[in-house]
Amino acid sequence: MTATEALVLPDVDTPDRATRSRPPARRRVGITVVRGALAVFFALPIVFMLISSLKPDLQIFADLGSWRALAPVGDVSLDNYTGVFDRVPFWQFLLNSVVISCATVVLGVLINSMAAFALSRLRWRGRGFVLTVILATLIVPFETLALPLLWWVNKLPALEADGFSLAFTQGWLNTYHVQIVPFIANAFSVYLFYQFFSSIPRELDEAARVDGAGWFTIYSRIVMPLSGPAIATVSILTFLPAWNSYLWPLMVIQSEELRPVMVGLQYFFQLNVSWGQVMAYSSLITVPVVALFIAFQRSFINSIASSGVKG
Amino acid sequence: MSRKIGRIVAASLATLAVAATAGCVAGGGSGDGAGSSSTIELWTHAGGNEAELGVITTIVEDFNASQDEYTVEVTDFPQDAYNDAVVAAATAGDLPCIVDIDGPNVANWAWAGYIQPLGLPEETYDGQLPGTLGVIDDEVYAYGFFDVALAMFSRESTLNDAGVRIPTVDDPWTGDEFDEALAKIDGLGRYDQAVDFGTGGGGEWIPYAYSPLLQSFGGDLIDRSTFETADGALNGPEALEWAQWFRGLVDSGYMAQTSGEDATADFVNGTSGILYTGNWADATVRDAFDDAVVLPPPNFGDGPKIGAGSWQWGLTTGCDEVDGARAYLEFAHDTKYFVEYGEATGLIPATLDAAEEIPAFAEGGDSRIYLELANQFAVVRPETAAYPFISSVFQKATQDILSGGDPQAILDKAVSDIDRDIEQNGGYTF
Repeated sequence: MTATEALVLPDVDTPDRATRSRPPARRRVGITVVRGALAVFFALPIVFMLISSLKPDLQIFADLGSWRALAPVGDVSLDNYTGVFDRVPFWQFLLNSVVISCATVVLGVLINSMAAFALSRLRWRGRGFVLTVILATLIVPFETLALPLLWWVNKLPALEADGFSLAFTQGWLNTYHVQIVPFIANAFSVYLFYQFFSSIPRELDEAARVDGAGWFTIYSRIVMPLSGPAIATVSILTFLPAWNSYLWPLMVIQSEELRPVMVGLQYFFQLNVSWGQVMAYSSLITVPVVALFIAFQRSFINSIASSGVKG
Repeated sequence: MSRKIGRIVAASLATLAVAATAGCVAGGGSGDGAGSSSTIELWTHAGGNEAELGVITTIVEDFNASQDEYTVEVTDFPQDAYNDAVVAAATAGDLPCIVDIDGPNVANWAWAGYIQPLGLPEETYDGQLPGTLGVIDDEVYAYGFFDVALAMFSRESTLNDAGVRIPTVDDPWTGDEFDEALAKIDGLGRYDQAVDFGTGGGGEWIPYAYSPLLQSFGGDLIDRSTFETADGALNGPEALEWAQWFRGLVDSGYMAQTSGEDATADFVNGTSGILYTGNWADATVRDAFDDAVVLPPPNFGDGPKIGAGSWQWGLTTGCDEVDGARAYLEFAHDTKYFVEYGEATGLIPATLDAAEEIPAFAEGGDSRIYLELANQFAVVRPETAAYPFISSVFQKATQDILSGGDPQAILDKAVSDIDRDIEQNGGYTF
């Protein structure tokens, strides 16, 4: 294993900044201004959401169309946040989404990377065909699969705890795992891992084989440790749809105790919509996503850049 | 190593199998034992609506305490997610016994086999507003505790300054008077729009809000004598007149082609002179203006019209405890619960008896006008299983008309689409 420690992937290596020629000062200022303008442009909706979450409903609309919409001025308070916590079991929704999203990410990284490893590193007949079939599933939108999938999961057997015993039941509706299992295998994640694994030199495999390593050891102790950016990218790309999922939990979850945050958002759309509370709730559920992106930002950008995948 | 893992897996599976087998034995007898009550599931759209959910919970608790044969359990969904959840549950064969249904969907759900006739005694519905009953082929499939009414809101000062008379339920504006009023309010120069019809709204708001205007002109969404065609009703001269008038409001600058996200908030903030919306905006408007006035919709020839049919309660076809569910629905149909709904939500109580017990809706009350509007001008959306399709077609047609398309061509296309759908579904006969 020691032979692999000093190896660094050429594709994900960060070029030495010192060797780059710096652009002229005027150009640097121009680039900074453009970047700043873009940053402000993309940040505006989030700023508006955060600021509006502090205002009463009528003031939100009164401030629209002026700079006041983006400034914490007027009757600013945390009343909307208090209203959110009074109106919905926010922490329960949040916990549900965290459990569902994290489980989907962890299992998704594991399963999809294993599939990609088999497709990328192992030699077996038909792997090209299998890869093609997996990629072909990318063109099928989830909406077309939702109803058949619903029918299917409702027929699957399940084990249910009944006191100190277990009982076989039919149907996965109203469970955590019905919100997780159908989304673990993901063609796009397989493709990302496949792309990344293909860039890792095969000489590493051969060296490890000489040292007596099996395929699982190569996967777990050589390939995966070198695939940080791909893992980060897949984690984020799996986490976001899991966090934002709405249609599927709406179809399969009836119990409030198991609903994720996005279904919770609908609680605020009544005949009289409380826009301040909508903004407060949206702010609260956006925080984890932003935090996750900031945490994995560097790896995410590295992987996107190296795999040539654009979102 | 792999052999060891294999043993662990095998041992785990064996343990699991034994435990599961034991569980199967135990589970076989874990149903309702002697003396325990049967559970009746009830689903409601009132998730997030504390007032409405509170009343439902009260009724359920009262019913559960009143007898020991049945226990009703409430599951609440947020309103915007509710219909999809019910349809998904129906697909999975997992519907509860009692559901609430948006009025215009009753016929479709009955046709689809989700719900069955309530089977309650006829006299149960004495004194109930017609728009709050889901009646198909003379059978009641659902009843509601409340209704909502469309109205127009303005300020006395605005109308007086514009030199416009204030209309009443007995003497509403004519179409010409309304147009004249809009011109005068526009002439004040105070408002971005003389009237806000909520054109930024989408979905069911469009047929709910605008088909009564069409009906006041003499048109309709479908020929109600047969429910088999929209020809003549949705593309006749009256419908064309409605379409041209509605688009004309945009052309003349009296109305925005797409208004703001919240028309009530815009009205309160002084963006519009007249607001056309439902009585759910009453409290917000009255809180904002001391001189707020509630106006009936104009009479464009066939009398003022407003929509009818809010949420109602129905009994599903797959219910295992039909007697218990009927017992609950009969228990709930009590004036005191209609009163509680009206007081908690501020919406129109569905029976006249309940209205008399709520000061706001009793004779002389601030909200009495909504009851009168609902009683005199309400037109239920077509009671046909084709309604969801008609609704979606009308939504598109209205948006195309407001966008400046050729009204006759748009209406003819809508009629063609609706007629084809009805034909393809065999006339939606039961």
